[in-house]
Amino acid sequence: MANFALRPPGMPGPQPLEAANVSKLPPAPTQAAKLPRGTSGETGDRVFKFTMLLCGLAVLATLALIVYELVLRSGPSWHAFGFKFFAGRDWDPVNEQFGALPFIYGTLVSSLLALIIAVPLSVGVAVFTTEMCPKALRGPLSFFVELLAAIPSVVYGLWAIFVLVPLLSNYVQPFLGRTLGWTGFFDGPPYGISMLAAGIILAIMIVPIISSITREVLMVVPQHQREAALALGATRWEMIRVGVLRNARAGIMGGIILGLGRALGETMAVTMVIGNRPEIAKSLFAPGYTMASVLANEFSEATGDLNLAALIEIGLALFLVTIVVNALARLLVWTVTRGQPSRANA
Amino acid sequence: MPETAATVSLHAVPPIALRRRITDHVMTGVAVLTVILVLVPLFAIFAYLVYRGIGSINWAFLTQTPKPVGEAGGGMANAIVGSVFILALASILGVPVGVGAGIYLAEYGRNRFGDVIRFTADVLNGVPSIVIGIVAYSIVVLYQKHFSALAGGAALAIMMIPTITRTTEEMLLLVPQALREAAYGLGIPRWRTTLSITLRTATSGVITGIMLAFARVAGETAPLLFTAFGNQFWNLSANQPTAALPLQIFTYAISPYDEWHKQAWAGALVLIVLIVTAVAAVRFAVRRGTFGAA
Repeated sequence: MANFALRPPGMPGPQPLEAANVSKLPPAPTQAAKLPRGTSGETGDRVFKFTMLLCGLAVLATLALIVYELVLRSGPSWHAFGFKFFAGRDWDPVNEQFGALPFIYGTLVSSLLALIIAVPLSVGVAVFTTEMCPKALRGPLSFFVELLAAIPSVVYGLWAIFVLVPLLSNYVQPFLGRTLGWTGFFDGPPYGISMLAAGIILAIMIVPIISSITREVLMVVPQHQREAALALGATRWEMIRVGVLRNARAGIMGGIILGLGRALGETMAVTMVIGNRPEIAKSLFAPGYTMASVLANEFSEATGDLNLAALIEIGLALFLVTIVVNALARLLVWTVTRGQPSRANA
Repeated sequence: MPETAATVSLHAVPPIALRRRITDHVMTGVAVLTVILVLVPLFAIFAYLVYRGIGSINWAFLTQTPKPVGEAGGGMANAIVGSVFILALASILGVPVGVGAGIYLAEYGRNRFGDVIRFTADVLNGVPSIVIGIVAYSIVVLYQKHFSALAGGAALAIMMIPTITRTTEEMLLLVPQALREAAYGLGIPRWRTTLSITLRTATSGVITGIMLAFARVAGETAPLLFTAFGNQFWNLSANQPTAALPLQIFTYAISPYDEWHKQAWAGALVLIVLIVTAVAAVRFAVRRGTFGAA
């Protein structure tokens, strides 16, 4: 996210540290005597390295702890339902019947909808900021887009409830219903609170991620690719299409998948506008429910161990999916920016 | 740079077919349109926040605790203080570990094991916040048998660590190797070099990373839902449920009461002013900082 923007332009990338072994040489005795106390040696070095190693291990331990706790505490649900848990449509805490399919469906549909809206926008913004706009505009533009990433999820939700949802139910949904209602995707009463609202708010939230990574990737496309395209007589758009976008495909894909990872796990804004009804409906005007929002709504009120275990199993599934998605994205971004100091062309 | 090259090429090559020129202009227009479409929600959100928020912020909002439904007035003072309290706990837990792990990666971690930690930190960064809430619940709340500020702080700390680790590492690696070698040459031990030379030089960058992590978790609601839980009254004990600004905004936003909606807007405005100030300060610091000269 925002930490991609940290390295100022023109800075060198990471450097190897082999030369650090110099410290292993014993200090000259005369000099050691002059130094302030506490600077002598091996013990200090060993203690320091060990302490820092502990901090590093804490990172590993945290992830291990997350996996351990999720697996351990979702056990009862796994034993009771097995794989059927992910295919069942009933969510009935009273009769202790739990099936996660409506939540999985809601998470997937809202995230895909968000991608459909956000991808063209983000790529457009990234192309504009790197290839088209005057240099003076670049800084402010990327600042504004990054500002979107700084708005907390709950504030997006608040805005969505009081601005976006009325807008949808009064104008957008009636219009979509009239024109595209026959497809079945835009069918039914225009309540505003819907899968559509969730998708739109998610889209606004993931635009900054996708566009900042796309920008990063576009910037490492070698300058001579652009020059070659222009030398062949390409217009600016043709240059962007052939020389820039085509070279950056894998990286852009990585950015998109990273955005997907964020959308899958996003909780508050979605919970506030999706309607929270565990049903599977074809129409995007119908309310839905996502994996993250069922956790947000029901976790602290779970009745009984099996209910809690079922919720934690949903958490575990969400965790596994986001990990796979993120790892894939990192790999894709890495194949493009590997070895290149980021923002080299900024 | 692309734009100058483009202008040059238009003059240098034979006239380009009309259709291709039109496509070029259309695509430029489309790109501009996407920028507008992205910026409209941004400005709409800020404008609406200010418009609805300013009207509801008053002295009572900043100094009183919430009133029961139906009574006018009341405020979020306890939630503002509670948020600061939870964030302080999170920073105490998260910052030393994050910076330490960053130092390890930069100074000792240029190997396989370092790569494993690096990858783990990236993975941790992508874990949904609600899942981290579950984990904090099962390691702190179930152990203590009640919701607490400590559990909320632990959840936010877990979210801060990966960001701080990776930015600290990145910043330390920017410190010129010659500086370290100069210190070694003076007979200064490695640990002392790392703390007094390398870390000192990279201070502004490391602080930037910490503040970014801080800004990121300051608005988090999901991990606090079943850890800090929220509270209608003052609480400054780490062992008790504590109010937090984002939680209070959430509760009030989904309530059916107009009075509470107003308070939610005011709370959101306070929250966003805090966060945007932090982000702007970060950008300012990066530009003026040790490595921002270029």
